[in-house]
Amino acid sequence: MSDIKEIQDEIIEEFSMLDGDMEMTINYIMELGEQLPEMEASKRTDENIVKGCQSKVWLMAGLENDKVQFEADSNTAITKGLVSLLVRVLSGQTPEVILNNDVYFPEKIGMNRFIGTQRSNGFAAMIKQMKLDALALSTKTNA
Amino acid sequence: MSITTTLSIDEIRAQFPVLDQQVNGKPLIYFDNAATSQKPKQVIDALSHYYNRDNSNIHRGIHTLAERATSAYEETRKAAQAFINAPEAEEIVFTKGTTEGINLVAQAYGRKFLKAGDEIIITSMEHHSNIVPWQILCQQTGAELKVIPINNRGEIIYEEYLKLLSDKTKIVSAVYISNALGTINPIKEIIADAHKAGAITLVDAAQAAPHEKVDVKDLNCDFLALSAHKMYGPTGVGILYGKRLLLEKMDAYQGGGEMISEVTFAKTTFNDIPYKFEAGTPNIGDVVAFKAAMDFMSQIGHQFLHDHEQRLLDEGTKLLSEIDGFEPIGTAESKASVISFNVENIHPFDLGMWLDAKGIAVRTGHHCTQPLMDIFQIEGTVRASFAVYNTVDEVAYFAQALKEIVSKFRK
Repeated sequence: MSDIKEIQDEIIEEFSMLDGDMEMTINYIMELGEQLPEMEASKRTDENIVKGCQSKVWLMAGLENDKVQFEADSNTAITKGLVSLLVRVLSGQTPEVILNNDVYFPEKIGMNRFIGTQRSNGFAAMIKQMKLDALALSTKTNA
Repeated sequence: MSITTTLSIDEIRAQFPVLDQQVNGKPLIYFDNAATSQKPKQVIDALSHYYNRDNSNIHRGIHTLAERATSAYEETRKAAQAFINAPEAEEIVFTKGTTEGINLVAQAYGRKFLKAGDEIIITSMEHHSNIVPWQILCQQTGAELKVIPINNRGEIIYEEYLKLLSDKTKIVSAVYISNALGTINPIKEIIADAHKAGAITLVDAAQAAPHEKVDVKDLNCDFLALSAHKMYGPTGVGILYGKRLLLEKMDAYQGGGEMISEVTFAKTTFNDIPYKFEAGTPNIGDVVAFKAAMDFMSQIGHQFLHDHEQRLLDEGTKLLSEIDGFEPIGTAESKASVISFNVENIHPFDLGMWLDAKGIAVRTGHHCTQPLMDIFQIEGTVRASFAVYNTVDEVAYFAQALKEIVSKFRK
């Protein structure tokens, strides 16, 4: 798995090619969402919901070879695309890397501009949850 | 007296500076009028004139500016009286908006006169602002909240309302026009039947006032609340109309300046209505500018507003119905210019985001009517709501845009 900074810079580069065009940006985000595997219905429980969005986001984390594997889904196509970006950046990293690195790409790709302040708070809630999951899993790797 | 406008829609639009802009590289189409309407230049000018020339605290001031500000403030009260055909100007209480008006009645009337075992009736399509104040009152007094059910078109089931009425019913508080469905309720009948049962009535006219001629004498309601910002006026201003006898019987709502007659440390006597309910320095500038909004509506005329908006509603309903998977929510026979809908297998959030990308402002979500969404077993809707400055062309562009968006999801 690539370096957490490299992946973020890659995303920033991809979005810069969209030139700030809203329709192209949403199209791209939806395409990314389509590539994210659908979560099994049995995992889309209230327990796995991340609070703070107008749409529903489900998130699960597990350890595989000391790396955190995230699984996520949403009931809206655009949110699912946005969530897939976080999975791309954070999944496959060690808990330490997740905890010790900033997730700076949302601001750089102008997330505020196209999802609005209230929902980017939802995005922040998602990042926070992913870091908390990493923290919980880090105790298992050290054990 | 109704004045029929001779203005074209283009001339009306020209009075709204905010409409003349691009959003995401597309001309702005503003279809979120049920949330708040845009403001014509005369309202913006009135607000600006007040702060540029007349600003002063009102009442009790003896200097010229205080006199001008007081007079402008009271002119709005008289204009509001005429606008809703209230018998007396003293029956007009300025509030922050409809929500505050309802809370005022719940607390200043309800808390004084309701007791355990009494009942309050509302409809299934109330905004949270006409649910929560009564729930609070019920907790305080032991009264009980009863809800009139609706059919699948989003109309109240009138026989069920009649069954709920009894000598226990003390207050019937109903929405005139539903913000989430557009349903126009038979409010005059609702009031008349409430009175037969001996209950007093409150009308939530937040969505009705921008579209219909609201006449409190004709409705014979006891209270009526509305918000200026949905009627082309400023935010933070509303009106509570109440019949004099009821307002006089009520307790004060909040304590402070303006609402008193005399204060000693031992005892306070309260001012007369409406000042008894207007504690503290009010939102003077916005109240003053609200008159310009009512003038704007009167100049256009209610008939014109109604006819134009109905045309947009009819056209919109027709064009949207052709879209694959279109599911209208709220199909009442008597309906205001609101189209609330879902599209099969597409989340309202996705539709709202896509429409915004195309310059079209709509609202998505539960519209502060969660119990109503539960009845329809949906999370929310997309809501397009029209105002006098919207055009048939905009409606057609919107329908076309939606069709294109839906096709992206139907690959």
